[in-house]
Amino acid sequence: MLILGIECTAHTFGCGVASSDGEILANVNSEYIPDKGGIHPREAARHHANVAPSILKSALSKAGVEIEAVNGIAISLGPGLGPCLRTGATVARALAAYFEKPLIPVNHCVAHIEIAKLICDAEDPLVVYVSGGNTIIAAYAGGRYRVFGETLDIALGNCLDVFARRAGLPHPGGPYIEKLAREGERFIPLPYVVKGQDVSFSGLLTAALKKLDEGERLEDLCYSLQEVAFSMVCEVAERAIAHTMKKELLLTGGVAANRRLQEMLKAVAEEHGATFGVVPHEYARDNGAMIAWTGVLAMKHGITIPLEESFIKPRWRLDAVDVPWVGESEVAAIEEGS
Amino acid sequence: MKLQLLKKGAEAYLYLDEWFGLKVVKKVRVVKSYRVGLLDEQLRKFRTAHEAKLLSSAKSFGVPTPVVFDVDVCKFTIVMEFIEGLLLKKLLPEVSDSERIRLCRLVGRNIGLLHSNGIFHGDLTTSNMIVQRDKIYFIDFGLGGFSKEIEYFGVDLHLLLRVLESSHHEIAEECFSAIVDGYSSVFDKADLVLKKVKEIRMRGRYVVERRAARRR
Repeated sequence: MLILGIECTAHTFGCGVASSDGEILANVNSEYIPDKGGIHPREAARHHANVAPSILKSALSKAGVEIEAVNGIAISLGPGLGPCLRTGATVARALAAYFEKPLIPVNHCVAHIEIAKLICDAEDPLVVYVSGGNTIIAAYAGGRYRVFGETLDIALGNCLDVFARRAGLPHPGGPYIEKLAREGERFIPLPYVVKGQDVSFSGLLTAALKKLDEGERLEDLCYSLQEVAFSMVCEVAERAIAHTMKKELLLTGGVAANRRLQEMLKAVAEEHGATFGVVPHEYARDNGAMIAWTGVLAMKHGITIPLEESFIKPRWRLDAVDVPWVGESEVAAIEEGS
Repeated sequence: MKLQLLKKGAEAYLYLDEWFGLKVVKKVRVVKSYRVGLLDEQLRKFRTAHEAKLLSSAKSFGVPTPVVFDVDVCKFTIVMEFIEGLLLKKLLPEVSDSERIRLCRLVGRNIGLLHSNGIFHGDLTTSNMIVQRDKIYFIDFGLGGFSKEIEYFGVDLHLLLRVLESSHHEIAEECFSAIVDGYSSVFDKADLVLKKVKEIRMRGRYVVERRAARRR
């Protein structure tokens, strides 16, 4: 079975092709980078519409398959920005209708977890998913991925991006902050906000921006901002791993590329006897392959959606999605035993 | 007596120890190598001192907590009473429906007593509650504080609801409603807090109800 996956929830339009035995045949993505400021949903959607045909063509040729040969079209229906989601969904619906292929609804966050498991060869991990739009600590329990910690306001990547922008650093700001942070010498205390299992970055961002306006050295601020923000993520991740007792910890999402964060979470994993894995950037960022692979898993369980019901879901929560393909071996074992 | 490691928690190690002939728990907040030194020490010191204060204070308002025998802020250590019992996390899925309701009401009552006396817990999970016969002990006040703000109380209940949904999803609803029963019976501002819980839920990302609420 071959599935074509289309990702289009925010800044990235991507197409991927995955096979039922877990092979990624293509993963072609194009990211919208604003001239100034943050992502404007309308501009991002316009970018997606412009690049869609060439990205689609390039993915299919890389995979060496004709579109007629794929068995289904998987589409990320949410969560994400409305205009972007609508653009991607339109492309997917058109392909599904014209080539008479089933349409498979995929949740963007579930897809991040599934590709992480596939690429890092993990079975039942605790996943730390940190990007510009999401900060989620999740693990499987009882038929769904459950959220064991998340941000109560802005995402970690969003916090870093906005700070970088105000400091005059280019977009995306994360890598620049990471580089400057290495030259930080003085730790500037900033608000550390952990509320039980959850984190909140908005107060931290405001405080960091205030320090920036007060003329603190940028390197010191980048260093302190990273240390405080990452420590918060590590603390809730540690709570989650102590609570769930999972034996694998995976880091994914755009911010997963940050070496300092990797180093800190690795220490958390080691402390609790868990293995640690970082999803390679190609599959940690928003990408088409993750939608394709999750589409494969869903299709095997007959999860498809009629075109006329394939509405986008900008606020589709991770823990609202049934994932019947997880824990199959357990179920099989129970049935065999009985 | 040699120290015996009881539990490796997320932020502290718990040891079984003896203290002038009493069976006690020694809670040591350990260095987190991933955190920068200054931040690490600040957090550990603050939480140790704070937790000791909160444990004693909560007890005085009738919420079962371990007795604090000794505090050493410089060694990030609290020596407290050892509580015999079972974790609510383990007990909750196993007991009969009526027992579950009884336990949850009791949990609600405890939380109500804390809140009506200006204490929030900060980490209300079912792993932080120990059932001992007709009492439920609350432990681990490291993220707690003193406040009269409805916001903190709302965060407490919201967290507990989230924990029920993630760890005990099949029984989450009945449990939470029994907790609310117990809570409302001792705290006159319960309605305000429950309204806050809804509001906090709406703040989360990707909350479906949020759009509907905005339209109204």
